[in-house]
Amino acid sequence: MWENEHLIDLKNISKEYDGVKVLKDINLYIRKKEFVTLLGPSGCGKTTTLRIIGGFETPTSGELLFEGKEISHIPPYKRRVNTVFQKYALFPHLNVHDNIAFGLKLKKMSKKEIDTKVDAMLDLVNLQGYGKRHVDALSGGQQQRVAIARSLVNEPEVLLLDEPLGALDLKLRKEMQLELKNMQQRLGITFLYVTHDQEEALTMSDTIVVMRDGNILQIGDPKRIYDEPANAFVADFIGESNILRGTMLRDELVEFAGGRFPCVDFGFGENAPVDVVIRPEDIMLVGEDVGQLVGTIQSVLFKGVHYEMMIDCGEYTFKVHSTSMQPQGSRVGLNIVPFNMHIMKPMEV
Amino acid sequence: MRYDMSLPWWAWAVMGAGLVAFIAMVGVSIRRNSGIKRSLFASPYTLWMIIFTVVPVILIGYYAFTDASGAFTLDNFRNFWDSNYESNKVILDVMGDAGAAYITRGTVNVDTLVYSLWMAFLCTVICLMLGYPAALFMADRNMKLGSSLVVLFIIPMWMNFLLRTIAWMSLLEDSGLINTCLKWLGFEGVQLMYNSQAVLLGMVYNFLPFMVFPIYTVLSKMDHRLSEAAADLGCNSFKTLYKVTLPLSIPGIVSGITMVFMPSVTTFFIPRVLGGGNTMMFGDLIESKFLTEGNWNVGSALSLIMMVLILISLSILRKADPNNDGGGIA
Repeated sequence: MWENEHLIDLKNISKEYDGVKVLKDINLYIRKKEFVTLLGPSGCGKTTTLRIIGGFETPTSGELLFEGKEISHIPPYKRRVNTVFQKYALFPHLNVHDNIAFGLKLKKMSKKEIDTKVDAMLDLVNLQGYGKRHVDALSGGQQQRVAIARSLVNEPEVLLLDEPLGALDLKLRKEMQLELKNMQQRLGITFLYVTHDQEEALTMSDTIVVMRDGNILQIGDPKRIYDEPANAFVADFIGESNILRGTMLRDELVEFAGGRFPCVDFGFGENAPVDVVIRPEDIMLVGEDVGQLVGTIQSVLFKGVHYEMMIDCGEYTFKVHSTSMQPQGSRVGLNIVPFNMHIMKPMEV
Repeated sequence: MRYDMSLPWWAWAVMGAGLVAFIAMVGVSIRRNSGIKRSLFASPYTLWMIIFTVVPVILIGYYAFTDASGAFTLDNFRNFWDSNYESNKVILDVMGDAGAAYITRGTVNVDTLVYSLWMAFLCTVICLMLGYPAALFMADRNMKLGSSLVVLFIIPMWMNFLLRTIAWMSLLEDSGLINTCLKWLGFEGVQLMYNSQAVLLGMVYNFLPFMVFPIYTVLSKMDHRLSEAAADLGCNSFKTLYKVTLPLSIPGIVSGITMVFMPSVTTFFIPRVLGGGNTMMFGDLIESKFLTEGNWNVGSALSLIMMVLILISLSILRKADPNNDGGGIA
């Protein structure tokens, strides 16, 4: 069929608004039944990418392929994708049943067939018996489910979701994350999900696409993105990190924060400037006498599962997560195993 | 100074009352539990309404149901629709042919009313047909021309309505701009003025903004994602208009219809300027009863009939927009 089971291909997609480039030569493919998340801060171009695939924007240049065929000039109503909008965009003049049936009625299905499908959808999103309700009378979470049902009932090849959980409170958001992931796996539909919430991305995705300023910084599965961030920005955006400027003295030896450390990275050359990323949970607190670095604890915050401590080591103040607390003002040693130091090329800003 | 520009005593009184009410209201808002009823501060406005709305309506009612000597009578209404009514016959006996002309007044009244309603209906329909697409263009986010169109609709409203109507005369007259152009191009001149079409044109021109702006307000407040959602679910642009935009703009349409229909029914002056003596609308009829004939009783009866008709049409329109989302007066 098409190359490597790619369902959607974006090839050198660029988008300009009044001369401002919001997407710069994006290359991306989405496989069938994959859960892909576009992750990045606001203004990174993730929503624009989604809207190009949905058909609401036309790329300035580049190719958009759906099963190998160019579709960038096909209007949205002829595409086999459906969108769940950021603020749901439910039709306020229709009740829940008619909102969900909207797409089916356009396909000229019989009333009986429509009713069966709508009821099945209401079951799927746990809103049995809500058909006659007015959409304004629903809570945010319920409106969200209706929006999802309204899209899914059309059996799209791809479901596009634009920050669909943004308006929900934390607990509901977590529930819906699991529910969405569950639904995606059961129905076998490709999901393309846009969010700025890194935790949401890590929880649900098969593949995460990290974007910034209209560029794709890294594509990979959640574990890879977290453990091996491509650069300091990704490391900073996904989870918390200590990011330091350092020098790669030679293969497997790096200098930062006034100390020299053995590491597992190589191939940067000698005396090359690098970014060093260390996750707060990867720093071990040890006795003052055996630490690779020594510092003073400046502050201690209780975060539930762990304590977050800021430790001043002279040149750099490290953020450290630990389950055991050391009192403020005490001096401690810090140890980092070579495997947990992530050395990367400094990012051009 | 050539003119007297001093404020009359009643203007001071009205403004003073408003100011006192405002200050007292603010004071009470600060001290919540002062024991003073908040509705008390609406009293200047209630008074205003009583003097300038309730009292005139009562007076109209009084005049409508009395004759010139002040005795109760229903003649004013019977005369309106029944040309064979007794009192008309008496006049016929006494006055002969001159009375016959007077008798037909009854039917003239009815004809004028029917004509006014028909003209108002036509004007409303035409304004809706012209105004809805205009409002759509104005509210379209992708149309760069939209905002300049808004200004184009507003600018004529800065001019007085009488001047705007008279301006049409210089276009439509036999020696007006259009006929001059036609003759210059070698065509025969055409009679454009002094007929119903000219009156209708004048009405549509004057009332179109009142249709456009309520619809424009509703459309521009509408979430544009709704039309995207419709497109996403399979609607082409025509179906999006029909299935989403149109149903959601009903409050604006209702408000627009009210704002055009009501002044259209009561139109006067436009028929006199653009229709010459050949047409008369209900507004002109009422005006002539009061000002030309000096017959306040019949004039009041006619006004009352008009008010009842307007109330009926308002209550019908209200059914279409029960929440009054259009912000109109329907």
